[in-house]
Amino acid sequence: MPHDSDNHDQPHSLLPSDPALRVKALETLLIEKGLVDSETLDEIIDTYQTKIGPQNGAQVVARAWSDGEFRDLLLRDATAAVLEMGFYGRQGEHIVAVENTDDVHNLVVCTLCSCYPWPLLGIPPGWYKSDAYRARAVREPRKVLAEFGLSLPDSVAVKVWDSTAEIRYLVLPQRPAGTEGWTLDDLATLATRDAMIGTGLAELPT
Amino acid sequence: MTRIHDMGGRFGDGPVIPEPLDAPVFSKEWQARALAVTLAAGSLGLWTLDASRHSRERLLPSDYAVFSYYEKWISALCNMLVEHRALSRAELKSGVADDQPSPLQARRLAPEKVARVLSSGGPTERENGPRPRFSAGDLICTGSGQNQRISGGHSRLPAYAAGKKGRIIQCYGAHVFPDANAHGLGEAPEPLYCVAFKAGELWAHPEHPDDEVMLDLWQSYLAPI
Repeated sequence: MPHDSDNHDQPHSLLPSDPALRVKALETLLIEKGLVDSETLDEIIDTYQTKIGPQNGAQVVARAWSDGEFRDLLLRDATAAVLEMGFYGRQGEHIVAVENTDDVHNLVVCTLCSCYPWPLLGIPPGWYKSDAYRARAVREPRKVLAEFGLSLPDSVAVKVWDSTAEIRYLVLPQRPAGTEGWTLDDLATLATRDAMIGTGLAELPT
Repeated sequence: MTRIHDMGGRFGDGPVIPEPLDAPVFSKEWQARALAVTLAAGSLGLWTLDASRHSRERLLPSDYAVFSYYEKWISALCNMLVEHRALSRAELKSGVADDQPSPLQARRLAPEKVARVLSSGGPTERENGPRPRFSAGDLICTGSGQNQRISGGHSRLPAYAAGKKGRIIQCYGAHVFPDANAHGLGEAPEPLYCVAFKAGELWAHPEHPDDEVMLDLWQSYLAPI
């Protein structure tokens, strides 16, 4: 079993250097070899473009805002809570929800790669996977948040969750005031992707 | 010592550039293909998720630093396919598959199985790990962050949290140990803990003394204090 190959002749250097051609070359070879099916690729892409995305997590948040029992279950055993809503799968096998309060703001990062709760939020945005976010979110989360337009007072402590194992974190944002009596669907429109990562707050009702 | 992917706390990266919430999931079509090819090839079952993470970490630092995200994925995938003899260097060079039918064809992921495979996932919690050594509230010190079995091997204790004091928040049960699993050494499950570190313990100039960083760390990374 290979475990290291610190040589300067890695196989990928035989592929074209242009990224689009690089992917095309590998895909074509794998299809020719019968190892990958083109329709399968289309199906995977469609899944993450249209079926699995932050709209899933937003439904979870809206329900937690509306239903105290569900909120308690979400904070106690988020994997079970979101499974109850039909959300489970790759990169979301073990979920933990962390709740923002008046005193604590939570922020999620993966400094080692790009771990992210796929069944709830889909594929991470580009900035989540960027060197700048991975490098800085743990050391200067307040400056990073300010770059998202969020300035936290000193009275609020920041907890940064570095997803170093297979636990995937979902931030439960605070429910905005003025949303009493809202339907789940309307509430879900306020729970944005960034609010569930912690780089933003839930949107305010307009 | 560590590798180039282990960048938590690094200085010099400049601002984070947020994207609009309605930005497309993939800004370029080839990125979507790169993700899909990687997932489809992964389902051939030749390697573990831990091994595929390590394959990205093993890219040359000079490549890792300049490759965009999905270029890392596709390049690491290519390396693994050759390491596991699913493709040859000659095929990569010529761009033409050889005439020998691959014995792996039977493992090809069919389109109708995509939904089931993606929704079933791969849980890492195991029943058969050692008993937890620590409880909530215990104070611990982390180890070196180096893989103890394989020189330069995969590990999940970031360099910024190596040799630091923290507090156990909770045990998540026994989970597959990536330091072993990434190298074909079995799952070797160990208790996994959420550990809190004060910003002032990690950084010379913390933004706020009450801020904390929480990491998920395996038992053998931790020593009691």
